[in-house]
Amino acid sequence: MNHIYSLLDVILPFEWLSYDFMKNAFLAVLLITPIFGILGTIIVNNRMAFFSDALGHGAFTGIAIGSVIGFIQPIWSAIIFSIGFSILITIIKNKTKTSTDTVIGVFSSAAIAIGLVLVTSGGYNYNSYLVGDLLSISPKEVGALFILALIIIVLWILFYNKVLLVSVNISLARSRGINTLGVELAFTAIIAVAVTIVIQWVGLLIINSLLVLPAAAARNVSSNARQYNVMAILISFVSGLIGLILSYYLDTATGATIVIISAFIYFITLILRKRFA
Amino acid sequence: MAEGNVRHRDNCDPGRKCCGYCCTQIRNFSVKIGKTQILHDINLHLHCGELTALIGPNGAGKSTLLKAILGEVKHEGTIVFAGSGGESTGKPMVGYVPQQLEFDTAAPVSVKNLFSACIGRKPAFQKTSPKVTDKILECLGRVQAEGLIDKRLGALSGGELQRVLLALALEPVPQLLLMDEPVSGVDRKGLEVFYDIVSRVREKYDLTIILVSHDLDLVKKHADRVVLLNKTVILNGPPDVVYSDKRLHETFGLSEFINSDE
Repeated sequence: MNHIYSLLDVILPFEWLSYDFMKNAFLAVLLITPIFGILGTIIVNNRMAFFSDALGHGAFTGIAIGSVIGFIQPIWSAIIFSIGFSILITIIKNKTKTSTDTVIGVFSSAAIAIGLVLVTSGGYNYNSYLVGDLLSISPKEVGALFILALIIIVLWILFYNKVLLVSVNISLARSRGINTLGVELAFTAIIAVAVTIVIQWVGLLIINSLLVLPAAAARNVSSNARQYNVMAILISFVSGLIGLILSYYLDTATGATIVIISAFIYFITLILRKRFA
Repeated sequence: MAEGNVRHRDNCDPGRKCCGYCCTQIRNFSVKIGKTQILHDINLHLHCGELTALIGPNGAGKSTLLKAILGEVKHEGTIVFAGSGGESTGKPMVGYVPQQLEFDTAAPVSVKNLFSACIGRKPAFQKTSPKVTDKILECLGRVQAEGLIDKRLGALSGGELQRVLLALALEPVPQLLLMDEPVSGVDRKGLEVFYDIVSRVREKYDLTIILVSHDLDLVKKHADRVVLLNKTVILNGPPDVVYSDKRLHETFGLSEFINSDE
């Protein structure tokens, strides 16, 4: 890690990056924003913004359950719980005729309620999971993020085509021999894992914005998959970086500052939109 | 158009296992959703190079039959593709042109993306290799749509989109092509172009085509065989025979038959 720190000192000799905790946060932004950007492209295409929000709630419940059980790290119980949660919602969504909104709403509210009851009964401090603190990330956790980012990028390259076809139209994808339920389950499980891991530093309240906003902005200014992915990564990273720097100087919550920047970019793209229609 | 198909029909000997030409056989199809019987005892024997039009009133189960053939809807019964010698080669390869592709018209997905996601190995967000681009142009060429390659899916007109979807369904060339009312929401000129292309494609690739249609006029003009469906197969034969049968009028109700353009 020290090598990376000294490397950062050489190539980015800025005042805001002189502290180690800022270096860690910078590396985290470098890893989180691109993967959230690309995952977001399909979330927005599939109109799953509400769904990914529910996954955040599921992750919170998982962490609460883990804290209560106590004998394993909360994060592992959270990952297992949120994968199960995402699979359950996806299957019920596919099996019932009830509107997707309602199904997700029911699950999301139930999950957050269970989570809150558990943490309040145990007297745990749950504030950090609601708001999150990116500056508290440890070098070891940055390493874990690196592995997560690597896995997601590999999966993205391998399965993007299938995910894209399913997002265009399920029947069409099925007629091309794609196991659409499998793709859907795998995709939501990946989002669940990514959200669960990152929620500790970003917080339940705004994690969904990190997924949805950059992609929503990128969509306004792109007309094919390539532009869409590149723009989403770019917008996500730029707002992550600017948000981090601003939060350092203004002493504000990092995650929220990032979201404000990406919301700002979103509104700019909304104005530019007509040129790309 | 008719010549090739007369040939097919003339060679059909019911005593033989197959007709001497490749064919698709649908045997004892039935579909139940919940407690409702949607389709029962569907038996169809479709020859290669034949355009079969599936007609029937609303709720007759036309789209359901296509979905059952595709495997999207649970069904009983079997579907087999038999080669020219009558040997069964198992399930046919099926191409599908959906009724109206319901998709997000604002999505940044181009025609090229759609094709490279289907036939390319590299993820569609990477630059398409010249080889794959040529292949896509070849596919689009089959339906005279090369010019649409860089267009966004949402920016295509109804007719253009249907042609692109047909091109997609033809790669790889299937044995059975299913089309679900592919002409709804397309203007008259687009309609003629589409039917011309379908006829040409059928001849060129010797495809079995099942086309769900409401447009009885166009069906009469282009189809080799008409199947009247209402829960089960009511009529099955050449257009002139089916159209003169009074059961057709009974099934549709006379008024609907007159307003066949509806």
